[in-house]
Amino acid sequence: MKTDDLIRLLAADVHVREPLGPAIARALGVGVVVCAALLVFDIHLRHDLATAIMLPRVAFKILLTLSIAVLAIGLLERVGRPGVPLATAERLLLLPLAAIVIAVGLELALTPAASWGARLVGRNAGWCLFYIPVFSAVPLAAILTAMRRSAPESPTLAGAVAGLSAAGMAAAFYAWHCPDDSPLFLATWYTIAGAAVTGVGALLGRRLLVW
Amino acid sequence: MMRGAIGGDEKAYRSFLHSVTPHLRAIARRRCRAWGMPPSDAEDVVQDVLVTVHLKRGTWDQTRPIGPWLATIVRNRAVDLQRRRGGGGQIAVPLEDVVETLGTELDSEADDLADAERLINRLKDPARDIVRSISLDGAGVKETAARLKMTEGAVRVALHRAMKALAALYRSGNG
Repeated sequence: MKTDDLIRLLAADVHVREPLGPAIARALGVGVVVCAALLVFDIHLRHDLATAIMLPRVAFKILLTLSIAVLAIGLLERVGRPGVPLATAERLLLLPLAAIVIAVGLELALTPAASWGARLVGRNAGWCLFYIPVFSAVPLAAILTAMRRSAPESPTLAGAVAGLSAAGMAAAFYAWHCPDDSPLFLATWYTIAGAAVTGVGALLGRRLLVW
Repeated sequence: MMRGAIGGDEKAYRSFLHSVTPHLRAIARRRCRAWGMPPSDAEDVVQDVLVTVHLKRGTWDQTRPIGPWLATIVRNRAVDLQRRRGGGGQIAVPLEDVVETLGTELDSEADDLADAERLINRLKDPARDIVRSISLDGAGVKETAARLKMTEGAVRVALHRAMKALAALYRSGNG
Protein backbone atom coordinates (compact mmCIF):
# COMPACT_ATOMS: atom_id res chain seq x y z
CA MET A 1 0.00 0.00 0.00
CA LYS A 2 1.20 3.49 -0.68
CA THR A 3 2.04 5.39 2.45
CA ASP A 4 -0.12 8.33 1.37
CA ASP A 5 -3.12 6.03 0.97
CA LEU A 6 -2.47 4.58 4.39
CA ILE A 7 -2.33 8.07 5.91
CA ARG A 8 -5.67 8.95 4.31
CA LEU A 9 -7.09 5.77 5.83
CA LEU A 10 -5.70 6.50 9.30
CA ALA A 11 -6.92 10.09 9.20
CA ALA A 12 -10.44 8.90 8.33
CA ASP A 13 -10.30 6.74 11.48
CA VAL A 14 -9.42 9.73 13.70
CA HIS A 15 -12.77 9.62 15.47
CA VAL A 16 -12.26 6.37 17.32
CA ARG A 17 -10.17 7.26 20.31
CA GLU A 18 -8.94 4.97 23.03
CA PRO A 19 -7.22 7.18 25.62
CA LEU A 20 -5.34 5.19 28.24
CA GLY A 21 -5.87 7.41 31.30
CA PRO A 22 -9.69 7.21 31.48
CA ALA A 23 -9.53 3.47 30.72
CA ILE A 24 -7.25 2.88 33.71
CA ALA A 25 -9.44 5.10 35.89
CA ARG A 26 -12.52 3.07 34.95
CA ALA A 27 -10.72 -0.20 35.70
CA LEU A 28 -9.63 1.08 39.11
CA GLY A 29 -13.19 2.20 39.80
CA VAL A 30 -14.51 -1.28 39.02
CA GLY A 31 -11.83 -2.78 41.29
CA VAL A 32 -12.65 -0.47 44.20
CA VAL A 33 -16.38 -1.18 43.98
CA VAL A 34 -15.88 -4.97 43.84
CA CYS A 35 -13.35 -4.99 46.69
CA ALA A 36 -15.55 -2.76 48.86
CA ALA A 37 -18.57 -5.00 48.20
CA LEU A 38 -16.59 -8.15 49.08
CA LEU A 39 -15.32 -6.52 52.26
CA VAL A 40 -18.66 -5.21 53.50
CA PHE A 41 -21.02 -7.97 52.38
CA ASP A 42 -18.85 -11.09 52.36
CA ILE A 43 -16.06 -11.09 54.93
CA HIS A 44 -17.21 -7.96 56.84
CA LEU A 45 -15.26 -5.26 58.60
CA ARG A 46 -13.62 -6.34 61.83
CA HIS A 47 -15.98 -5.96 64.79
CA ASP A 48 -13.61 -3.91 66.92
CA LEU A 49 -12.74 -1.54 64.06
CA ALA A 50 -13.71 1.66 65.90
CA THR A 51 -11.14 1.07 68.63
CA ALA A 52 -8.64 -0.98 66.65
CA ILE A 53 -8.05 1.73 64.07
CA MET A 54 -6.41 3.84 66.79
CA LEU A 55 -3.81 1.16 67.51
CA PRO A 56 -0.48 1.90 65.81
CA ARG A 57 -0.17 -1.64 64.39
CA VAL A 58 -3.61 -1.50 62.77
CA ALA A 59 -3.14 2.03 61.46
CA PHE A 60 0.26 1.01 60.08
CA LYS A 61 -1.18 -2.03 58.34
CA ILE A 62 -3.88 0.00 56.63
CA LEU A 63 -1.61 2.91 55.68
CA LEU A 64 1.12 0.60 54.36
CA THR A 65 -1.19 -1.42 52.10
CA LEU A 66 -2.80 1.82 50.92
CA SER A 67 0.56 3.41 50.13
CA ILE A 68 1.63 0.35 48.11
CA ALA A 69 -1.62 0.51 46.15
CA VAL A 70 -1.21 4.25 45.46
CA LEU A 71 2.45 3.99 44.44
CA ALA A 72 1.85 0.93 42.24
CA ILE A 73 -1.03 2.72 40.51
CA GLY A 74 1.23 5.75 40.00
CA LEU A 75 3.69 3.46 38.23
CA LEU A 76 0.84 1.84 36.30
CA GLU A 77 -0.08 5.24 34.83
CA ARG A 78 3.46 5.55 33.43
CA VAL A 79 4.47 2.03 32.45
CA GLY A 80 2.12 1.81 29.46
CA ARG A 81 3.23 5.09 27.89
CA PRO A 82 6.19 4.98 25.48
CA GLY A 83 9.07 7.28 26.33
CA VAL A 84 7.98 8.06 29.91
CA PRO A 85 10.80 7.44 32.41
CA LEU A 86 9.99 4.97 35.20
CA ALA A 87 12.99 5.12 37.53
CA THR A 88 11.58 7.61 40.07
CA ALA A 89 8.18 5.92 40.29
CA GLU A 90 9.92 2.54 40.71
CA ARG A 91 12.19 3.86 43.46
CA LEU A 92 9.23 5.27 45.37
CA LEU A 93 8.09 1.68 45.90
CA LEU A 94 11.18 1.19 48.06
CA LEU A 95 9.61 3.49 50.67
CA PRO A 96 6.92 1.03 51.84
CA LEU A 97 9.55 -1.71 51.70
CA ALA A 98 11.77 0.31 54.04
CA ALA A 99 8.76 1.02 56.27
CA ILE A 100 7.95 -2.66 56.67
CA VAL A 101 11.58 -3.52 57.41
CA ILE A 102 11.67 -0.86 60.14
CA ALA A 103 8.30 -2.01 61.53
CA VAL A 104 9.50 -5.62 61.72
CA GLY A 105 12.65 -4.43 63.50
CA LEU A 106 10.57 -2.46 66.03
CA GLU A 107 8.23 -5.39 66.58
CA LEU A 108 11.17 -7.72 67.26
CA ALA A 109 12.72 -5.15 69.63
CA LEU A 110 9.54 -4.38 71.55
CA THR A 111 7.98 -7.83 71.99
CA PRO A 112 9.28 -10.90 73.83
CA ALA A 113 10.84 -13.56 71.63
CA ALA A 114 8.41 -16.15 72.97
CA SER A 115 5.49 -14.32 71.33
CA TRP A 116 7.10 -14.02 67.88
CA GLY A 117 5.82 -17.38 66.69
CA ALA A 118 2.20 -16.59 67.56
CA ARG A 119 2.49 -13.11 66.03
CA LEU A 120 3.95 -14.49 62.84
CA VAL A 121 1.39 -17.25 62.36
CA GLY A 122 -1.53 -15.14 63.58
CA ARG A 123 -5.06 -16.45 63.48
CA ASN A 124 -5.90 -16.17 59.87
CA ALA A 125 -2.86 -16.80 57.68
CA GLY A 126 -4.82 -19.15 55.44
CA TRP A 127 -7.60 -16.60 55.00
CA CYS A 128 -5.10 -13.92 54.12
CA LEU A 129 -3.46 -16.14 51.49
CA PHE A 130 -6.88 -17.02 50.10
CA TYR A 131 -8.69 -13.69 50.22
CA ILE A 132 -6.02 -11.31 48.94
CA PRO A 133 -5.82 -13.19 45.61
CA VAL A 134 -9.65 -13.47 45.55
CA PHE A 135 -10.00 -9.73 46.12
CA SER A 136 -7.35 -9.13 43.43
CA ALA A 137 -9.00 -11.15 40.69
CA VAL A 138 -11.52 -8.60 39.37
CA PRO A 139 -9.23 -5.56 39.74
CA LEU A 140 -6.45 -7.43 37.93
CA ALA A 141 -8.73 -8.47 35.08
CA ALA A 142 -10.07 -4.92 34.77
CA ILE A 143 -6.62 -3.33 34.86
CA LEU A 144 -5.17 -5.77 32.31
CA THR A 145 -8.13 -5.11 30.01
CA ALA A 146 -7.49 -1.37 30.24
CA MET A 147 -3.76 -1.92 29.71
CA ARG A 148 -4.43 -3.66 26.39
CA ARG A 149 -4.62 -0.09 25.08
CA SER A 150 -1.19 0.67 26.47
CA ALA A 151 2.17 0.33 24.77
CA PRO A 152 4.66 -0.82 27.43
CA GLU A 153 8.33 -1.27 26.62
CA SER A 154 8.23 -4.49 28.62
CA PRO A 155 4.86 -6.30 28.63
CA THR A 156 6.07 -8.53 31.48
CA LEU A 157 6.94 -5.54 33.66
CA ALA A 158 3.64 -3.84 32.82
CA GLY A 159 1.79 -7.04 33.78
CA ALA A 160 3.70 -7.21 37.06
CA VAL A 161 2.81 -3.58 37.83
CA ALA A 162 -0.83 -4.37 37.02
CA GLY A 163 -0.61 -7.35 39.42
CA LEU A 164 1.00 -5.26 42.17
CA SER A 165 -1.65 -2.55 41.75
CA ALA A 166 -4.43 -5.13 42.04
CA ALA A 167 -2.75 -6.82 45.02
CA GLY A 168 -2.18 -3.47 46.72
CA MET A 169 -5.82 -2.56 46.26
CA ALA A 170 -6.95 -5.97 47.50
CA ALA A 171 -4.71 -5.79 50.57
CA ALA A 172 -5.80 -2.22 51.35
CA PHE A 173 -9.38 -3.51 51.56
CA TYR A 174 -8.64 -6.85 53.21
CA ALA A 175 -6.71 -5.03 55.96
CA TRP A 176 -10.02 -3.61 57.27
CA HIS A 177 -11.11 -7.17 58.02
CA CYS A 178 -7.86 -8.87 58.96
CA PRO A 179 -7.60 -9.52 62.73
CA ASP A 180 -3.84 -10.12 62.67
CA ASP A 181 -2.00 -6.88 63.28
CA SER A 182 1.64 -7.78 63.85
CA PRO A 183 4.10 -6.44 61.25
CA LEU A 184 5.56 -9.96 61.34
CA PHE A 185 2.27 -11.28 59.95
CA LEU A 186 2.03 -8.44 57.45
CA ALA A 187 5.58 -8.89 56.19
CA THR A 188 5.07 -12.62 55.69
CA TRP A 189 1.57 -13.48 54.52
CA TYR A 190 0.60 -10.25 52.79
CA THR A 191 3.92 -10.35 50.95
CA ILE A 192 3.46 -13.95 49.82
CA ALA A 193 -0.08 -13.25 48.62
CA GLY A 194 0.95 -10.00 46.91
CA ALA A 195 3.96 -11.60 45.24
CA ALA A 196 1.76 -14.38 43.88
CA VAL A 197 -0.69 -11.90 42.35
CA THR A 198 2.19 -9.82 40.95
CA GLY A 199 3.68 -12.97 39.41
CA VAL A 200 0.37 -13.94 37.81
CA GLY A 201 0.11 -10.37 36.47
CA ALA A 202 3.59 -10.62 34.96
CA LEU A 203 2.77 -13.94 33.25
CA LEU A 204 -0.52 -12.62 31.89
CA GLY A 205 1.11 -9.34 30.85
CA ARG A 206 3.72 -11.15 28.81
CA ARG A 207 0.93 -12.70 26.77
CA LEU A 208 -1.72 -9.98 26.75
CA LEU A 209 0.20 -6.70 26.66
CA VAL A 210 2.39 -7.30 23.62
CA TRP A 211 1.81 -4.65 20.95
CA MET B 1 -0.85 19.61 15.81
CA MET B 2 -1.10 16.16 17.38
CA ARG B 3 -3.27 17.69 20.10
CA GLY B 4 -5.82 18.80 17.53
CA ALA B 5 -5.51 15.38 15.95
CA ILE B 6 -6.21 13.64 19.24
CA GLY B 7 -9.22 15.89 19.60
CA GLY B 8 -10.65 14.33 16.44
CA ASP B 9 -9.63 16.89 13.80
CA GLU B 10 -9.12 14.84 10.65
CA LYS B 11 -7.21 17.52 8.75
CA ALA B 12 -4.82 18.26 11.60
CA TYR B 13 -4.25 14.56 12.06
CA ARG B 14 -3.51 13.98 8.40
CA SER B 15 -0.99 16.80 8.25
CA PHE B 16 0.62 15.52 11.45
CA LEU B 17 1.06 12.06 9.90
CA HIS B 18 2.39 13.64 6.69
CA SER B 19 4.88 15.76 8.60
CA VAL B 20 6.37 12.89 10.63
CA THR B 21 6.54 10.45 7.71
CA PRO B 22 9.76 11.78 6.09
CA HIS B 23 11.41 11.68 9.49
CA LEU B 24 10.25 8.09 10.07
CA ARG B 25 11.39 7.14 6.58
CA ALA B 26 14.89 8.50 7.20
CA ILE B 27 15.18 6.48 10.43
CA ALA B 28 13.76 3.36 8.80
CA ARG B 29 16.19 3.55 5.86
CA ARG B 30 19.11 4.01 8.21
CA ARG B 31 18.06 0.98 10.29
CA CYS B 32 17.51 -1.18 7.23
CA ARG B 33 20.95 -0.29 5.92
CA ALA B 34 22.58 -0.93 9.30
CA TRP B 35 20.87 -4.30 9.61
CA GLY B 36 21.51 -5.35 6.05
CA MET B 37 17.85 -5.52 5.11
CA PRO B 38 16.67 -4.59 1.62
CA PRO B 39 15.70 -0.91 1.26
CA SER B 40 12.22 -1.99 0.16
CA ASP B 41 11.62 -3.06 3.77
CA ALA B 42 11.99 0.52 4.94
CA GLU B 43 8.56 1.54 3.66
CA ASP B 44 6.99 -1.44 5.47
CA VAL B 45 8.61 -0.22 8.69
CA VAL B 46 7.28 3.30 8.06
CA GLN B 47 3.75 1.99 7.53
CA ASP B 48 3.95 -0.34 10.51
CA VAL B 49 5.04 2.61 12.68
CA LEU B 50 2.24 4.82 11.31
CA VAL B 51 -0.41 2.21 12.08
CA THR B 52 1.06 1.72 15.56
CA VAL B 53 1.16 5.48 16.21
CA HIS B 54 -2.46 5.55 15.13
CA LEU B 55 -3.67 2.69 17.32
CA LYS B 56 -1.60 3.70 20.35
CA ARG B 57 -2.07 7.47 20.21
CA GLY B 58 -4.17 7.21 23.36
CA THR B 59 -0.98 6.43 25.28
CA TRP B 60 0.55 9.83 24.55
CA ASP B 61 0.30 12.09 27.58
CA GLN B 62 -0.50 15.47 26.06
CA THR B 63 1.46 17.33 28.71
CA ARG B 64 4.68 15.64 27.56
CA PRO B 65 6.77 16.27 24.44
CA ILE B 66 5.88 13.98 21.58
CA GLY B 67 9.48 13.26 20.49
CA PRO B 68 10.39 10.58 23.06
CA TRP B 69 6.99 8.95 22.61
CA LEU B 70 7.45 8.69 18.86
CA ALA B 71 11.07 7.55 19.16
CA THR B 72 10.12 4.74 21.55
CA ILE B 73 7.42 3.48 19.19
CA VAL B 74 9.85 3.50 16.26
CA ARG B 75 12.37 1.55 18.28
CA ASN B 76 9.78 -1.00 19.40
CA ARG B 77 8.60 -1.63 15.83
CA ALA B 78 12.14 -1.80 14.46
CA VAL B 79 13.24 -4.27 17.12
CA ASP B 80 10.15 -6.37 16.49
CA LEU B 81 10.84 -6.45 12.75
CA GLN B 82 14.45 -7.38 13.32
CA ARG B 83 13.42 -10.21 15.63
CA ARG B 84 10.98 -11.52 13.06
CA ARG B 85 13.64 -11.47 10.37
CA GLY B 86 15.75 -13.86 12.39
CA GLY B 87 17.20 -11.94 15.27
CA GLY B 88 20.96 -11.71 15.47
CA GLY B 89 21.30 -8.18 14.20
CA GLN B 90 23.93 -8.92 11.59
CA ILE B 91 21.99 -10.44 8.76
CA ALA B 92 24.21 -11.22 5.82
CA VAL B 93 22.53 -10.52 2.53
CA PRO B 94 24.08 -12.09 -0.56
CA LEU B 95 25.11 -9.62 -3.25
CA GLU B 96 22.67 -11.08 -5.78
CA ASP B 97 19.78 -10.21 -3.47
CA VAL B 98 20.93 -6.62 -3.22
CA VAL B 99 21.23 -6.35 -6.98
CA GLU B 100 17.80 -7.89 -7.31
CA THR B 101 16.18 -5.40 -4.92
CA LEU B 102 17.97 -2.54 -6.66
CA GLY B 103 16.27 -3.68 -9.82
CA THR B 104 12.82 -3.88 -8.30
CA GLU B 105 13.28 -0.44 -6.81
CA LEU B 106 12.64 0.95 -10.30
CA ASP B 107 9.07 -0.26 -10.52
CA SER B 108 8.24 0.20 -6.85
CA GLU B 109 5.08 2.02 -7.91
CA ALA B 110 3.64 -1.16 -9.38
CA ASP B 111 4.93 -3.07 -6.38
CA ASP B 112 3.14 -0.74 -4.02
CA LEU B 113 -0.13 -1.23 -5.81
CA ALA B 114 0.25 -4.99 -5.86
CA ASP B 115 1.05 -4.90 -2.14
CA ALA B 116 -1.97 -2.76 -1.45
CA GLU B 117 -4.22 -5.20 -3.27
CA ARG B 118 -2.73 -8.16 -1.44
CA LEU B 119 -3.06 -6.51 1.95
CA ILE B 120 -6.58 -5.26 1.37
CA ASN B 121 -7.71 -8.57 -0.06
CA ARG B 122 -6.93 -10.24 3.22
CA LEU B 123 -9.55 -8.13 4.96
CA LYS B 124 -13.17 -9.23 5.04
CA ASP B 125 -16.12 -7.30 3.65
CA PRO B 126 -17.38 -4.71 4.42
CA ALA B 127 -14.00 -3.68 5.83
CA ARG B 128 -12.32 -4.47 2.51
CA ASP B 129 -14.79 -2.35 0.60
CA ILE B 130 -14.49 0.53 3.04
CA VAL B 131 -10.70 0.46 3.08
CA ARG B 132 -10.50 0.34 -0.72
CA SER B 133 -12.99 3.15 -1.04
CA ILE B 134 -11.20 5.49 1.37
CA SER B 135 -7.56 4.69 0.67
CA LEU B 136 -7.47 3.98 -3.06
CA ASP B 137 -10.48 5.90 -4.34
CA GLY B 138 -10.02 8.78 -1.91
CA ALA B 139 -13.66 8.81 -0.79
CA GLY B 140 -14.71 10.16 2.61
CA VAL B 141 -16.46 8.24 5.37
CA LYS B 142 -19.74 9.96 4.53
CA GLU B 143 -19.70 9.07 0.81
CA THR B 144 -18.61 5.52 1.60
CA ALA B 145 -21.44 5.11 4.07
CA ALA B 146 -23.96 6.41 1.53
CA ARG B 147 -22.68 4.12 -1.22
CA LEU B 148 -22.70 1.01 0.98
CA LYS B 149 -26.03 1.98 2.56
CA MET B 150 -24.47 1.82 6.01
CA THR B 151 -24.61 4.38 8.80
CA GLU B 152 -21.51 6.53 9.27
CA GLY B 153 -21.10 5.02 12.72
CA ALA B 154 -21.04 1.49 11.32
CA VAL B 155 -18.47 2.51 8.69
CA ARG B 156 -16.30 4.06 11.41
CA VAL B 157 -16.44 0.94 13.56
CA ALA B 158 -15.63 -1.30 10.60
CA LEU B 159 -12.80 1.04 9.56
CA HIS B 160 -11.31 0.96 13.03
CA ARG B 161 -11.45 -2.84 13.13
CA ALA B 162 -9.79 -2.88 9.73
CA MET B 163 -6.96 -0.71 11.10
CA LYS B 164 -6.37 -3.26 13.85
CA ALA B 165 -6.41 -6.06 11.28
CA LEU B 166 -3.90 -4.13 9.14
CA ALA B 167 -1.62 -3.71 12.14
CA ALA B 168 -1.72 -7.48 12.67
CA LEU B 169 -0.89 -8.04 9.00
CA TYR B 170 2.16 -5.74 9.14
CA ARG B 171 3.25 -7.62 12.22
CA SER B 172 2.89 -11.06 10.68
CA GLY B 173 5.36 -9.90 8.06
CA ASN B 174 3.00 -10.14 5.12
CA GLY B 175 2.85 -6.39 4.61
